[in-house]
Amino acid sequence: MNREDFPMLKHEIVYFDNGATTLKPNAVKEAINDYYENYSANAHRGDYKISNIVDEKYEQTRTKVKQLINAKEDSEIVFTSGTTDSLNLIVNGYFKQNLKKDDEVLITYSEHASNILPWFILAKEIGIKVKYIELDQNYEVTIENVEKVITPKTKVISLAHITNVISDVRPIKSISQLAHKNNILLVVDAAQSIAHTKIDVTDMDIDFLAFSAHKMYGPTGIGVMYAKYKLLDKMQPRNYGGGMNAVFTKDGYIELREIPTRLEAGTPNIEGVIGLSAAIDYINKIGIDKIHKYEQELKKYLLEQLNQLDFVEIYNKKAQGSSVAFNIKNVFAQDTSIYLDKYNICIRAGNHCAKILNEATKINNTCRIVLSFYNTKEEIDLLINVLKNIKNIWNEIL
Amino acid sequence: MDPNLKRSIILDNYEDTTNRKDIEDKKYIKHNSRNISCIDNINLYIKITNNTIEDIKFNGEACVISIATTSIMSKLLKGKTIEQAIKIIKNYNNMIEEKEYDSKLLEEANVFNDIYKQPNRIKCATLTWNGLLEELTKYQNGIHN
Repeated sequence: MNREDFPMLKHEIVYFDNGATTLKPNAVKEAINDYYENYSANAHRGDYKISNIVDEKYEQTRTKVKQLINAKEDSEIVFTSGTTDSLNLIVNGYFKQNLKKDDEVLITYSEHASNILPWFILAKEIGIKVKYIELDQNYEVTIENVEKVITPKTKVISLAHITNVISDVRPIKSISQLAHKNNILLVVDAAQSIAHTKIDVTDMDIDFLAFSAHKMYGPTGIGVMYAKYKLLDKMQPRNYGGGMNAVFTKDGYIELREIPTRLEAGTPNIEGVIGLSAAIDYINKIGIDKIHKYEQELKKYLLEQLNQLDFVEIYNKKAQGSSVAFNIKNVFAQDTSIYLDKYNICIRAGNHCAKILNEATKINNTCRIVLSFYNTKEEIDLLINVLKNIKNIWNEIL
Repeated sequence: MDPNLKRSIILDNYEDTTNRKDIEDKKYIKHNSRNISCIDNINLYIKITNNTIEDIKFNGEACVISIATTSIMSKLLKGKTIEQAIKIIKNYNNMIEEKEYDSKLLEEANVFNDIYKQPNRIKCATLTWNGLLEELTKYQNGIHN
């Protein structure tokens, strides 16, 4: 649906790589253009009219993000460059100061590199322990398996809401109840869920949340870190400079601004924030529930069709997310993806930055399709027809 | 070269298992391609005796181009001196980059003479050649001695 809103779709491509990034609707492009054409000024700076417009739009976006994820305060929303930046800020800005040697962090093998490596580095720096929640036979997280690894030293559980290869949806609300019962903080990587399903940080009782705008129809280079106010207030800024200080004197005395301003030093990514604002409006206009329902129907159809091809191996049949991870038997994932590209079908092949998932799945590389609401059954039919002719692969790609 | 002939040479090499095996022998230098590729993961095993490449074996997971070119390389460079091998690799790289090269030196590797038309496959075609070049250069500099 809404295909006419996406200029990229005029290029006759079938775009199935929505887990990497989504295409952008005209509304986002136009909002960014509007900023550069009609009120191009810095934020938080001037006394002139167009600068005030920037301030208003910038802060309005914070409110829109708050409403999108149902946070309590605007001040709980911090703009970052994306999910990776948000997760690194959470680990280094909060946990580095608030964890100590031998404290335990729970993650899984199916996390993205950006929810693993910052913890590994912190382990090296201050001696925390990174432990893994065991995945079940469908590579999913069960509440029982979380419970099993919790010890009195467990201080953090850090999980993707929806994982980027298996696409399983984690029971965040139950995990958060279990975590809080044990005085554990919960970090949620929402990169792969924010564009596909409703996230309610209050209902799910999430302590920290991270996501990127570009995976939700917004621009690249802008993302969000949410944290509960009392946690955010204890967070260490990673950058010091303009905009974030209240007072400083020649002898080194510094007073910082309030939350969240003190975590956003320097000129922010204004066009990014404005693009994000348009992306949120765009999603809201369609409705996340409608998006979710449509994508689920499409995913069901894709699975049914793929299941009929006996040369296709599917790795995540049970997963509830909007993606399918598969391989053509005896064909390397990248060759499949290059073959599909001959028909302008864009998919992703590889390990998808989940480089330790193979510990659980024993599969190193997969082809991944992540669906969006702009995908159609006709596109899936085309994919299936092209796959049915896979015997031509070498004539096509060599 | 006729496209069908090229294709069959590539596929023959893709399926050829002569040199495709993991080697435990410590006399072989081991090189892994993972550090420069996110997806192709090929181990190269190179045995050098008296400045001559005595043997090249390889194994791993990679695309058809990567595997086929590594197979061709492993046969082409076996028995060559380090200097000869480096010269061949440089000619191969020149071919890939559309520069001047001596096609007579490259034998079956000439099948990749138009890979430049597919920029997204250049890395696949050069990954193991450059890995080998790195190890040969290290050998020349005495690092493997």
